[in-house]
Amino acid sequence: MHNRWIYLDNNATTPTDPRVVDAMLPFFYQKPGNAASRNHPFGWEAEEAVDYAREQIAQLIGVDAKEIIFTSGATESDNLALKGVFEMYRRKGNHIITVKTEHKAVLDTCAHLEKMGAEVTYLGVKPDGLIDLAELEAAIRPTTILVSVMWANNETGVIQPMAEIGKICEKHGVLFMSDATQAVGKIPVHPKEVGVHLLAFTSHKMYGPKGVGALYVSRKNPRVKVTAQMDGGGHERGMRSGTLNVPGIVGFGKAAEIARLEMAQDAERLRRLRDKLENALLQLEEVYVNGNREHRMPHVTNMSFKHVEGEGLMMTFNQNIAVSSGSACTSASLEPSYVLVALGLGDDLAHSSIRFSLGRFTTEEEIDLAIEMVTKGVNHMRELSPIWEMYKEGVDLSTVQWQEH
Amino acid sequence: MAYSQKVLDHFQNPKNVGTLDKNSPNVGTGLVGAPECGDVMRLQIEVDPETHIIKDAKFKTFGCGSAIASSSLATEWIKGKTLDEAASIDNMDIVEELALPPVKIHCSVLAEDAIKSAIRDYKLKNGFLEAEAAKAETEAMA
Repeated sequence: MHNRWIYLDNNATTPTDPRVVDAMLPFFYQKPGNAASRNHPFGWEAEEAVDYAREQIAQLIGVDAKEIIFTSGATESDNLALKGVFEMYRRKGNHIITVKTEHKAVLDTCAHLEKMGAEVTYLGVKPDGLIDLAELEAAIRPTTILVSVMWANNETGVIQPMAEIGKICEKHGVLFMSDATQAVGKIPVHPKEVGVHLLAFTSHKMYGPKGVGALYVSRKNPRVKVTAQMDGGGHERGMRSGTLNVPGIVGFGKAAEIARLEMAQDAERLRRLRDKLENALLQLEEVYVNGNREHRMPHVTNMSFKHVEGEGLMMTFNQNIAVSSGSACTSASLEPSYVLVALGLGDDLAHSSIRFSLGRFTTEEEIDLAIEMVTKGVNHMRELSPIWEMYKEGVDLSTVQWQEH
Repeated sequence: MAYSQKVLDHFQNPKNVGTLDKNSPNVGTGLVGAPECGDVMRLQIEVDPETHIIKDAKFKTFGCGSAIASSSLATEWIKGKTLDEAASIDNMDIVEELALPPVKIHCSVLAEDAIKSAIRDYKLKNGFLEAEAAKAETEAMA
């Protein structure tokens, strides 16, 4: 038996690339300086390393290094962008537009802003997960200050039409922000080319270390300002105080450089492996892919295995394979995935979903094993499933009087 | 959160998976839960009409590992018991035996409901409920 873990949960977090770890190590003991220490070589060395990393990251997304603000991660970047823009521009208006399938870091921050006097429109999505551009444009009001749309969805991998959204925002003179956590480092993300003014992303989704992220804030055409959410020493041009996480930033920079150089080949290889996995599992009866299959991240597939409960299915192979499920049983709330429900999936199909997210270190041998184990697991769980039996007997499940509890 | 060893054992080697003939007069079927809630349990009992002892029990469950383990355990426990003994099984007995965490208590509730529902179905089929109601009425009148 295969005794190594097969990690297909790279949308949750990626392993840190060993080349990144090597780049970071000197900055723990040999080079311990604080980048804000201006009067000795330890500080200069740290500052130089941070500047270099800032360049590496800026280059990955095609922006100026001065436009990168380091944070503790994408959640902080989302908070800083939304709250910072709201506070800075609320004299102009108090309306924000976002989407129901955003990450909680955006949705919960918007809910917080609503308590502070913001009005927020939450756009729905089409069954394939994409937003309706006409609906977006119709939602813009004279008081709209910001549109926030994630680049690629964490659960389905669906990529929104960023350039088209950017044009609409430009036409109406509205700021455009994007949570690009899942996209940066995996597909080309160039905010300036598509009219994105604020871009939140993080290191640990692109083979860098955890605990460090960034916010791109446009400095020219337009010059965007955000109100700091963390008060203190005035680091990061006053927008984010706090001693910089030098080893983390160095690692983030290295990860960005590797991503820039290897993205195309990684994406092509992972797309082939993902398609192999997806097509093999689609050979099973009553299996569905959730979300648009064309406008999608190359390494992700979200599939529903009808009449099989996601967590139960995961348990058949989770001694070997790590994945995620939209099943309620995997969440503390006991509610199925709100992202899949927003796509119009019934709760039953949301409970039956599994997200496979491949990564740089996924091998073809692992995908072959995953196909075998997941297929076996689905067949096993269907033998155990009373509703699969009823479906096979031709019972229309929608007519059954269920005893909900 | 990791699963308890007992949940894993039942999940990996579930006892009494299967289907009994729901049209047989000696078989009672309980179907509880809903697909939208993420768990459906079907528990069936085959009862000896003379002794009222549960001779056999089978289940099929759509649900998480804890739901499957709870139903597997329930079928094991009720086999060989009288209807009254089986009806007295409490969901907290299942929680304790399987060391279910608080978020999984509803799985044990479902298993208890499935047992009770199967017994009720058997009694309905065989006219016990009318007899019990009549008896209660006579007692009340006396």
